[in-house]
Amino acid sequence: MIGIESVSKAFGARDGSQVVALQDVSLAFDRNEFVCLVGPSGCGKSTLLRLVAGLVEPSAGRVTIEGAAVDGPRADTGIVFQSPTLLPWASILDNVLFPARMMNVCTPDAVRRAHALLDLVGLAEFAGRHPRELSGGMQQRAGIARALVHQPDILLMDEPFGALDALTREELTLELLRIWSDQPKTILFVTHSIPEAVLLADRVVVLSPRPGRVADVVKVGLPRPRSFAMEAHDEFQRCAGRIRSLIFGDRATAA
Amino acid sequence: MWFFAIPGYLFPAPSVIWAEMVENAGMIWGHTLATTRTVALGFIASIVISLPLAVAITSSPLMANTIYPFLVLTQSIPKVALAPILVVVMGANELPRVVITFLVAFFPLVLATAAGLQSVPAELIELGRACRASRWKELIRIRLPYAVPFVFSGLKAAVTLSVVGAVVAEFVNADRGLGYLIVTSTAFFEVALAWAALIVLSVLGIVLFQIVAVVEHVLFPWSAGKT
Ligand SMILES: Nc1ncnc2c1ncn2[C@@H]1O[C@H](COP(=O)(O)OP(=O)(O)OP(=O)(O)O)[C@@H](O)[C@H]1O
Ligand SMILES: [Mg+2]
Repeated sequence: MIGIESVSKAFGARDGSQVVALQDVSLAFDRNEFVCLVGPSGCGKSTLLRLVAGLVEPSAGRVTIEGAAVDGPRADTGIVFQSPTLLPWASILDNVLFPARMMNVCTPDAVRRAHALLDLVGLAEFAGRHPRELSGGMQQRAGIARALVHQPDILLMDEPFGALDALTREELTLELLRIWSDQPKTILFVTHSIPEAVLLADRVVVLSPRPGRVADVVKVGLPRPRSFAMEAHDEFQRCAGRIRSLIFGDRATAA
Repeated sequence: MWFFAIPGYLFPAPSVIWAEMVENAGMIWGHTLATTRTVALGFIASIVISLPLAVAITSSPLMANTIYPFLVLTQSIPKVALAPILVVVMGANELPRVVITFLVAFFPLVLATAAGLQSVPAELIELGRACRASRWKELIRIRLPYAVPFVFSGLKAAVTLSVVGAVVAEFVNADRGLGYLIVTSTAFFEVALAWAALIVLSVLGIVLFQIVAVVEHVLFPWSAGKT
């Protein structure tokens, strides 16, 4: 459903040299698959997500969605950034409706959906509040509701829980799984946390840095619905160990 | 201590100024209205011209490099010197006064608005792009709202400078207005009346500044809370 076909991406640096963020990456994701991207800092995770979002163009190769090459942001993708990036002057409801407004699909139906989404992420009473009145975790929830308001088939999440404390993070992780089983969609989820990746994903794509390439794709055989209790599961340990050794080499598994 | 030796006809006692103000209240009120009108027209012209100008400047480096030199030129010309020329060109009416007021007031508003439009965080712009916002919608829904606090600091500077500009213009060419009143009263050595006009001018400046602040508070509370 999403095809990444021999994609390379180089950025021109200020001094004229080139930074190769991704080199010859080929991946394919199925419809309604939950895929996590992990890898050391600077290995091109965000770049890969932005390529799928149509926010940057590949230097070589192509990205396709349903067979069509991506040449710009599409209406059927939603994106959650690492920071909530809410508009400070707009109410939470207006923030959630923002993509619908921009795409000229702010129908009464969309408004109803926005309320339902706020309900889903536990912010129903905060629809009329402004972002500064909400905690970081609540703002990130609003960001997730916003990414879903135009009913995208693909949800792109770039370390959405990165700035949150561990408790809020676990809570939102479970919430995301619940939303996903409620409204199935293809999710690409970037994270620095190996346990988080294993708990969430059907498959974990491990990237290696300089230049960014796919080290391996780890299939997670854990049953659904998932819970944090599964961290003790053999399959969980196997996947986490495999990812760790892909990232850190054998010194991680030897320890 | 020569300061205390200033004769009363140069620095009249507050009571004398107050008496002068009360006695000539009607006349001073008329002049105040005339000045307020010039200030308002010049200030409105500043807003109407500065906002699109700031949008144009921030639309591309080429536009910025083309427009900025002209703006700096308008600021380097002494307005007192320009005023008589404008009167000759435009006629001895209200127009040259409004133009001078505008020229004195608009520059900080352009700078502040442009700074606001340019300081929009890259993430918000990216959000707009991800939502397929057109450039127009990006401007209306993201850039301009973000710039509102900046615009208001520019407006506060501009409204204060509008009073300065209007008085400068009235010194050169006017038959009404507080600036005109100061020129004529000092010419006839009515120093107390000149002081009265000066005080009214300061009050006018403060009141106009406060009006802008109140408008910001009422219409854009999130902006007023930030500065
Ligand atoms: N707009 C850009 N201009 C220049 N270089 C860029 C740009 N975006 C990314 N890069 C470079 O591309 C490489 C990959 O960046 P990317 O942001 O994709 O990494 P990442 O895996 O998301 O890292 P992190 O985990 O720290 O977020 C980095 O070396 C970065 O410096
Ligand atoms: Mg990143």
